[in-house]
Amino acid sequence: MSLNRTLWLLTTLLAALWMAAAGYAIFFVAPDEATMHAIQRIFYIHVSSAWTAGIAYFVVALGGALYLIKRDPRYDWAALSAGEAGFAFTSVVLITGPIWAKPIWGIWWTWDPRLTWTFVLWLMYAAYLLLGTLVDDKQRRATLRSVYGIFAFVNVPLVWETIRWWRGQHPSPVIGGGTDPKSGLDPTMKAVLFFTWGATLVLFAVLTRQRYRLEVLRGELAALRQQAEDSAASPDAAAGGRPLVESQG
Amino acid sequence: MATPLQSVRDREVSSASSASVSSSSTPRLFSAAWAILAKEVRTELRTRELLITTAVFTLVVVFMFSFSFDPTSAESRRFGPGLLWIAFLFAGTLMLEPSFLREQANDTLAALRLAPIDPYAILLGKTLANFLFLIITETLLLPVFAVLYNVSILPSLPGLALVCVLGTLGIVIPGTIFAAVTAHARMRELLLPLLLLPVLVPVLIAATESTAALLSDSPEWPVMGLKLLAGADIIFLTVAYFLFGALLEE
Amino acid sequence: MTPTPQSPAASPAAPARVAGLGISFSAVEKRYGPVRALRPTSLEIQPGEFVALLGPNGSGKSTLLRIAALLSRPSGGAIRFRSSAGGESFPAARRRLGVVAHATMLYDDLTAEENLRLFARLYELPSASPAIDARLQASGLAARRSDLVRTFSRGMRQRLTLARALLHGPAFLLLDEPTTGLDPGGCDWLAGELRLLHSSGCTILMSTHQGGEVLSLATRTLSLDSGRVLRDENRTGFQPVLPPSAPFGAAS
Repeated sequence: MSLNRTLWLLTTLLAALWMAAAGYAIFFVAPDEATMHAIQRIFYIHVSSAWTAGIAYFVVALGGALYLIKRDPRYDWAALSAGEAGFAFTSVVLITGPIWAKPIWGIWWTWDPRLTWTFVLWLMYAAYLLLGTLVDDKQRRATLRSVYGIFAFVNVPLVWETIRWWRGQHPSPVIGGGTDPKSGLDPTMKAVLFFTWGATLVLFAVLTRQRYRLEVLRGELAALRQQAEDSAASPDAAAGGRPLVESQG
Repeated sequence: MATPLQSVRDREVSSASSASVSSSSTPRLFSAAWAILAKEVRTELRTRELLITTAVFTLVVVFMFSFSFDPTSAESRRFGPGLLWIAFLFAGTLMLEPSFLREQANDTLAALRLAPIDPYAILLGKTLANFLFLIITETLLLPVFAVLYNVSILPSLPGLALVCVLGTLGIVIPGTIFAAVTAHARMRELLLPLLLLPVLVPVLIAATESTAALLSDSPEWPVMGLKLLAGADIIFLTVAYFLFGALLEE
Repeated sequence: MTPTPQSPAASPAAPARVAGLGISFSAVEKRYGPVRALRPTSLEIQPGEFVALLGPNGSGKSTLLRIAALLSRPSGGAIRFRSSAGGESFPAARRRLGVVAHATMLYDDLTAEENLRLFARLYELPSASPAIDARLQASGLAARRSDLVRTFSRGMRQRLTLARALLHGPAFLLLDEPTTGLDPGGCDWLAGELRLLHSSGCTILMSTHQGGEVLSLATRTLSLDSGRVLRDENRTGFQPVLPPSAPFGAAS
């Protein structure tokens, strides 16, 4: 087994262990919160997923930009993989948010600015993923996806500012009491939060990498098919060929 | 694959970067954009399909909304601006799709790409054309809205005009570029709204709040709303400038 | 170059003498994902040559033409334009390229004249009207100038397409199967136009799958198959205008 594969196998193991450890930390190490008590523990998953999704979307935009500059399909594959993982984490945020809100406010959706903003993000990245499935031409698909991915990412702060202003005009319950997780937090809670965030980051890396591998394999398969067709058509044509996508291992 | 460095160098040498054409002058960019805008307007005047269909559709939407609640009550003041802008958004998404589909008929897009013009001129020309068509639709619709929902628009007309201009720009700039994106996709009639509407959330919110502020019982100048709209327009325009060239490449 | 027995004064539409544009391909290839539309190809076309591209469908003719027309970016390798005045940058070359493709590249909802006016503006022609009038005359469409292109027959559209391509007096004309859909009369007309152009010094690169008069005008034929050049024949002992270009990588 190559070094690369061994490393990734170990990373996957690490992800599993770390998530399990985080689970333990969330339930048994983190102190009980004063007002919200047990339900508050969902905050660790909620915030970690949100931060990781943010990083994912940055990778999507970066991958898209690199693809447009270098025209190497692997950048688009990386962007897509990060996009899918980021979308999954965003979904977690959108699910844990209402679960958190219900016991406290009695309603599932409070038009909390952060959650509303997350919902818009979720829609944009759903569109990003759908766009890829609706374009048949591979070259075009990568270009179109990259353009939209960059556009969506640049739009993120604009959406945030507008929604924040909007909810300022029409105040409504804010989930989490509006406390910034980074400050004003009990030290143990902070530690558990960052520990959980680390776990989600490793999980994100593993998920992205697996998805990326799938695209690499698809690319290799297509190249092999093409070579087979070439050599079937004219026997000497394949002689000058070389694999288009070097195996990454 | 060729060594990355070599291919990059080759690409630079062979790069038909039409962006280098624009280094000559901005007046040329605008003159080319104007020529394309004129072409779009001339086509529209000849076929008249886009404007009329969109105007009628928007009318239908506004009319249908009024059946969902009693339009003469004070509630209509609250919901009116939102409904108006949603109607404009729907109108916009409908009329944006043909922008680039029209160029596929005889591959006229290739002819535009062949010409020694900045590719951005193509986007600019079409965006301005879409802006013109949408703003005409809005101008026709505002009086109808005022009548149906019993809202007085004359006192705040300058403010409303400004909100409409900035808001419409906010719709057509991303809209035109996404029309270019979806021109090659399946299900493009559904895909364009799907791509566009989430991105337009800031425009919708800012435009609605600004319109509401202008039409309220104590009208006030919606400074923050206008700032957000202007900011959105500038951001969209800048990003579109950098990305459009890539969309045209083969 | 074979001199044509035709003095410019005899036909008012005879194009002015142009300094033809030459192009060199250096290991140019084009891939669409795993598909190799054009394998690494190196060749050179001299200013004033009339080159015919022959080959079955999918042999890479259209790909080669699109790359030469700057419509398509090569996946590898590079192209370079030259004239007797020296190397030409891409923006400069773009002004001197004329393209006739499968599609007409005309707006159906505009008149013939409006179409030409639009492209005249885009090519920044100084005084657009004379060139437009001249082109309409030459293509025999002057009487139909105010009619919508939608009402034109295939032959008439082809004439207008060529008029559009020649409007800015190109030094390099690229044609992709221009005889498709043309009746024998149309082919004759096209052959006449190309002969005129060729004699004025314009470089012509044309792909065709038909023989006939149009093909017989070519001074050189390139035969392609599966994305590579199989045969390169110089037909009439064409005298090159420029020395072969220096290999890429050498100081230029």
